[in-house]
Amino acid sequence: MAGLLLSETEKVFILHGVQDDYRSDGRSNIDYRPMELETDVVSHASGSARLRLANTDILVGVKTEIDVPKPDKPDSGRIEFFVDCSANATPEFEGRGGEQLASSISNLMQRAYHSSQAFNLKQLCIFEGKQCWKLYIDILILECGGNLCDAVSLAVKAALFNTRIPFVKAALMDGGNVDLQLSDDPYDSKLLDVGSAPLLVTLCKIGENCVVDPSAEEESCSVISLIVGVTGNRQYYTQEEETDKKTMEGKCTTIAMHGPGSVAPKTLKEAINQGIIAAKSLDEALGQALLRERQENIGFKKHSYGFLK
Amino acid sequence: MTGHVSIRLASERVNHSVSSSNELPRFYTPGEVITGMQDFMRGHGTYAEDDSLKASVAGVMQKVNKLICIRPLKSRYVGEIGDVVVGRVLEVQQRRWKVETNSRLDSVLQLSAVNLPGGELRRRSAEDEQMMRKHLQEGDLISAEVQSVFSDGSLSLHTRSLKYGKLPQGTLMKVFPSLVKRRKNHFHNLPCGVSIIIGNNGFIWLSPQKQDVLYEGNKDEIEEYDLQPVNRSDRETMARVKNCIAALVASKMMLDDTSIMFAYEESLKYPSVKDMLDPEAMLDIAFLAQHRINNAIEE
Repeated sequence: MAGLLLSETEKVFILHGVQDDYRSDGRSNIDYRPMELETDVVSHASGSARLRLANTDILVGVKTEIDVPKPDKPDSGRIEFFVDCSANATPEFEGRGGEQLASSISNLMQRAYHSSQAFNLKQLCIFEGKQCWKLYIDILILECGGNLCDAVSLAVKAALFNTRIPFVKAALMDGGNVDLQLSDDPYDSKLLDVGSAPLLVTLCKIGENCVVDPSAEEESCSVISLIVGVTGNRQYYTQEEETDKKTMEGKCTTIAMHGPGSVAPKTLKEAINQGIIAAKSLDEALGQALLRERQENIGFKKHSYGFLK
Repeated sequence: MTGHVSIRLASERVNHSVSSSNELPRFYTPGEVITGMQDFMRGHGTYAEDDSLKASVAGVMQKVNKLICIRPLKSRYVGEIGDVVVGRVLEVQQRRWKVETNSRLDSVLQLSAVNLPGGELRRRSAEDEQMMRKHLQEGDLISAEVQSVFSDGSLSLHTRSLKYGKLPQGTLMKVFPSLVKRRKNHFHNLPCGVSIIIGNNGFIWLSPQKQDVLYEGNKDEIEEYDLQPVNRSDRETMARVKNCIAALVASKMMLDDTSIMFAYEESLKYPSVKDMLDPEAMLDIAFLAQHRINNAIEE
């Protein structure tokens, strides 16, 4: 991603570390760095979340709007991703510098959320063929410390979990047009079912091995990284015990590659499996954190921590 | 095999403050009035406006007789002659290298200010200038000393000593320059088997200790030696030291060999190094290290 200059000997050190399954901060190849999450940080958004993974800082806001569904999918809502790379993150993002990275991430997210098994867009339908909810997901990258895709997908899922969509009180049919009356009460709203929303896992190929959650230094050592989108598991996001066997397995929704290198078919298979395993533990941790936060602020949110403190 | 993932909430955020008494020094924010102008002298980090002296940076006040300065908490490195720095070569230019040292302007390392490897004397010639990239290329890390400071504040470095020069295998950490304690010696061989260079500019270099130093060997031999894999136990100690420094930095503690060593000894109660990435463990280590420093001062 953001180019970082490293010397030959530093690269060798990182490479041998990955071979040894012992990275420079003591993590093994499948360990994530600790993350910090807060939802509902932007008061004027329908849903928002901020995720900090080491030095990577992501802010996500969800805006809802009423729109006309696509003619080929009259009973589905719409979802759109927009990524903004702040020039605060690195000076390279100044001007149009971050545009390519931004569009690649937003395309990736769009692809990962495309499948109906990943995110059920039917829950956004208001009036079949006429009106539906459209979610605008704005992703702001405030700081780059490696592993952007994973952090973005986690933050998006958290923001969607936090999103409230107002109930429709009344609908007036006026000829061909529908006139909707929305509930004014912010707590008279429904939550989205995001349990199966996909998470992205970046697998950075360094030497012969793949590592998850690469730091910026590790990213600049690898010639290629694979990004695997894996659907989540609904059971982590509800308090009720569900034993629906079908939703247990994570499914791969998208695969993307970054970088000039190549991957052998065997490595690809291994990487996908590794990605699915990593996504499962990520999903579980995210679900637990979100439920814990919801427990804490039943009703009103007590404190907003945000960026200060 | 499942990876280790931990997501904590912002409400569970750990406060990294380790000061034993609750007396924090008074912090000034930019634009804040420090004092009325009456017989005070305006020092660094301050400006005069409306008959009063105001802070231009966020930091703590330092008063020397009538001179008032505000020392910023976070700033770029301001170099002084004789400082040991760790820097990264950005460009190879005519008879000099451009080096990134975390200061406002890039520093300069003149070709005439380096010792060639193996102690070979340099002949001033055209070939010699063309060989510059063989010696140091873009991305290489060096340790150096500040030779002089130019009028615009940029630094001129030199590596005219065997202890300076290109760095072998290891990892670089970047911390705030204000946290580095000025000492006589910034090169340390810690008893745990890690050698460390605490650059005044906030760049800290960690590397395994060399068993037999090959200064006399020819250049290829040195290069081959540099690319040998580091063994596991060295790697573990380095990771531990790295996480200890990160813990000290998170609690804004001054860094020198004693504080790092104290933190290292305290960290040994965590058998697995990756457990030390946890904010609570970091605070614990920093707190215990601070406690030992306080005890050492009292004695």
